[in-house]
Amino acid sequence: MNETLVRTAGATPVKDGVVDCDIHPLPARPDDVLAYMPERWQEHHRVYGSHFRAPFRESSPWPRAAPAISRRDAWPPNGNMPGSDLPFMREQHLDLHNIEFGILQVLGFATGSQRNLDYSAAIASALNQWQLDYWCNPEPRLKGSIVIPTEDPEAAVAEIERWAGHPAFAQIFMTPRLTEPMGRRRYWPIYEAASRHNLPIGIHGGGHGAHATTGGGWPSYYIEEHPTAGQSAQALITSLIVEGVLERWTNLRFVVVEAGFAWVPALGWRLDKHWRRLRSEVPHIERLPSEQMHQHFWFTTQPVDEPERPDDMRRTFDWIGWDRILYASDYPHWDFDDPRYAFPFRLSPEERAMLFRDNAVSLFGLA
Amino acid sequence: MARYVVATTGDIPVGTNKVVTVRGREIAVFNVKGAFYAFLNKCPHEGARLCHGAVVGLVRSDEPGTFEYTRQGEILRCPWHGWEFDIRTGQSWVDPENTWVKNYPASIERGGKLVEGPYKAEVFPVSVEEDYVVLEV
Amino acid sequence: MSWRDVKPIDCDIHVVVPHTGVLLPYLDDYWRDYVTVRGVRNLDMTSYPPTAPLTSRPDWRPATGHAGTDLALLRRHVFDELGAQIAICNVVWGAQALHHHHLAAALCRAVNAWVAAEWLDREPRLRASIVVPWQNAAHAVEEIERCAPDRRFVQVLLLAMADQPLGREHYWPIYEAAARHGLPIAIHAGSAYRHATTSLGWPSTLLEDYVAQASGFQNQLMSLICEGALSKFPDLKVVLVESGVTWLPAFMWRANKIWRAMRMETPWVDRPPAAIVRDQVRLTLQPFDAPPDAAVVERVIEQIDSDRTILFATDYPHWQFDEDEVIPAGLSADLARRVLVDNALATYPRLESLS
Ligand code: FES
Repeated sequence: MNETLVRTAGATPVKDGVVDCDIHPLPARPDDVLAYMPERWQEHHRVYGSHFRAPFRESSPWPRAAPAISRRDAWPPNGNMPGSDLPFMREQHLDLHNIEFGILQVLGFATGSQRNLDYSAAIASALNQWQLDYWCNPEPRLKGSIVIPTEDPEAAVAEIERWAGHPAFAQIFMTPRLTEPMGRRRYWPIYEAASRHNLPIGIHGGGHGAHATTGGGWPSYYIEEHPTAGQSAQALITSLIVEGVLERWTNLRFVVVEAGFAWVPALGWRLDKHWRRLRSEVPHIERLPSEQMHQHFWFTTQPVDEPERPDDMRRTFDWIGWDRILYASDYPHWDFDDPRYAFPFRLSPEERAMLFRDNAVSLFGLA
Repeated sequence: MARYVVATTGDIPVGTNKVVTVRGREIAVFNVKGAFYAFLNKCPHEGARLCHGAVVGLVRSDEPGTFEYTRQGEILRCPWHGWEFDIRTGQSWVDPENTWVKNYPASIERGGKLVEGPYKAEVFPVSVEEDYVVLEV
Repeated sequence: MSWRDVKPIDCDIHVVVPHTGVLLPYLDDYWRDYVTVRGVRNLDMTSYPPTAPLTSRPDWRPATGHAGTDLALLRRHVFDELGAQIAICNVVWGAQALHHHHLAAALCRAVNAWVAAEWLDREPRLRASIVVPWQNAAHAVEEIERCAPDRRFVQVLLLAMADQPLGREHYWPIYEAAARHGLPIAIHAGSAYRHATTSLGWPSTLLEDYVAQASGFQNQLMSLICEGALSKFPDLKVVLVESGVTWLPAFMWRANKIWRAMRMETPWVDRPPAAIVRDQVRLTLQPFDAPPDAAVVERVIEQIDSDRTILFATDYPHWQFDEDEVIPAGLSADLARRVLVDNALATYPRLESLS
């Protein structure tokens, strides 16, 4: 029997609304965003531009699977970048897949990875206003993420204060590869502000961090690098738990985006086992790490893990907890997951509702 | 099994494809070096429309660091997750035993023959002096 | 039947170099003076502080000094109490983390000679891994050639994190020599600390470093597969030691998935990565990182879908389990038998005289 045809046979209808927790918008023209920056930073952008801890200004050190990391069919008819054309996004994704709400994740400009902190802050402010004007206002199904200059927590908090409570913004946006692990104190002001405003923090895989993408050095190939998002996610969860961030701000909610999910149960088991042994090193951690994980973390499904036996996907969701799984498409990127075909087993109506909609609606307070 | 005329050969230049709908099925017809192949326009993985895929060659290697690139123009990479399919057979390269795209026999017929024969030409108007791509569906 | 009746083969126990002084008799004059004059006294590794709870189970800790330094205690714990018929000892030690690769070579040579003389000669049930100066592949090959005639050395020891990913061609001469001599490559938890232990940077605690080892192993497997090292040496077995086990299914699913998408990038990987893992990769049992829930363990074992993959190991004297609870509930009797003895025999050609 053809496994992949089974996938098709099990197609999940999208007649009920779907919340897509990962949509990537881009500006049709950089000027659309630059216009929101002070002249000084527009000039900086034109003359110097991005300055990363990475060899290339505009591309990844590992050539991606496809141009603009995108589905080959996601280029709008006007020839602009994938994800830059709202009418085309509506036609190809929002309407086709009955997306009731979509959470924008703004990777363009790689804000959190900029080495020039003032430039980073200027980009963040501009991107937030741009999300509102170009996406959330014209298309209320789309909810923004507050982009912050992560490495300058003071400026990051100012940006959070500026947008917190605005109904168009659903969460704070971060990428995990930074100067230090995410739980370290330099980032605590961000968590304090998120806690105060009860805003979820979406952590989307990626960023040009200060460190090799594996503990054993730099991999050669994209085929190796792509799965490292999963290991980065494990490191960020470990760091946030072990540094005590979740014991300090008990209402924090983190969404791990674009890291898959199959690794989640094993991380919890491993953390528990070794925490029990090394407890005396971290006496400030009083709650079982796997419990903290379940309480504070949500996981988006994309890129959907594909167990050899489809039923193991169900079992993985059982282990993680169905209330913590969120559908995400990653539109318009190449590793996009189609809500109809990504889950090759039969979902009960309750499971389907949780996975595709209800978990996200209650997490982000969508209405 | 009925035969459908879906295009003139000139409609589909070498290396390109045309999408036709026959009996409610969306079918992509590819021209590989002058021969025509047709398959369902839907990837068996997550359903991408294969007509948007990249037409490439087949890379193989007996030795790490070497790249033997053959059959250029005969392999389709799915426009989403890049699974490779042999355009001639619809078979998946990464999982040949279990995964393939449903394909349909395609042939070239002379218009003069078509107007006489038992073909369903409603998909496409036929004139005597051209060559046509005919699908069996 | 108790698992001890089977007389298991313990594929990971630790012998510890208490200080560099014990190696002096095994160093030549230049290096003996180097070590003495320069004060190279202690190369204990950051990953295993001798006094940390992880490093020794309380009832295995000697009254004084480091656990894993006393043969009489080791005999009692590993052979008498845990009932092993054979135990493979791994010396995880700082020679493999030095930047000075010639010094590393001298110290590895000394440590292997010390292991042979002080441990293997005195306890015939012990086997050992060859500690190699992987910083310099030529030196590492020399050390393999030197030790290989002694068939009590059953594998070659590397660590989970180093300068560059382990699939890189830098390491291939090591793999070639190992395969030629019927020596698996053991990759043991640990780091040379060339890079932060996580892709996000340096965590604050030993706990995080240790949890991150699992990610390190995943990255290394991906490297060994994608660089073609495992295809290049199809007879080579890689044993992940002290790696944890339950992360393996998720790793294989993800590796298969990205391979289907990106096969064209590394076309020498001509079958799904999970198939390569099942053929060539083995994992030691402890620390077994599952909850104490037989149903979960059963399911994970089903997902691994190979009764050849897991090798019995206590990780003595590291504290991974209490009493004799080394076999997790949820392993069938058949699988347990394979894990306890058969899989080690199939993995280590140099143990064949036992079968
Ligand atoms: S939809 Fe074609 S490879 Fe996934």
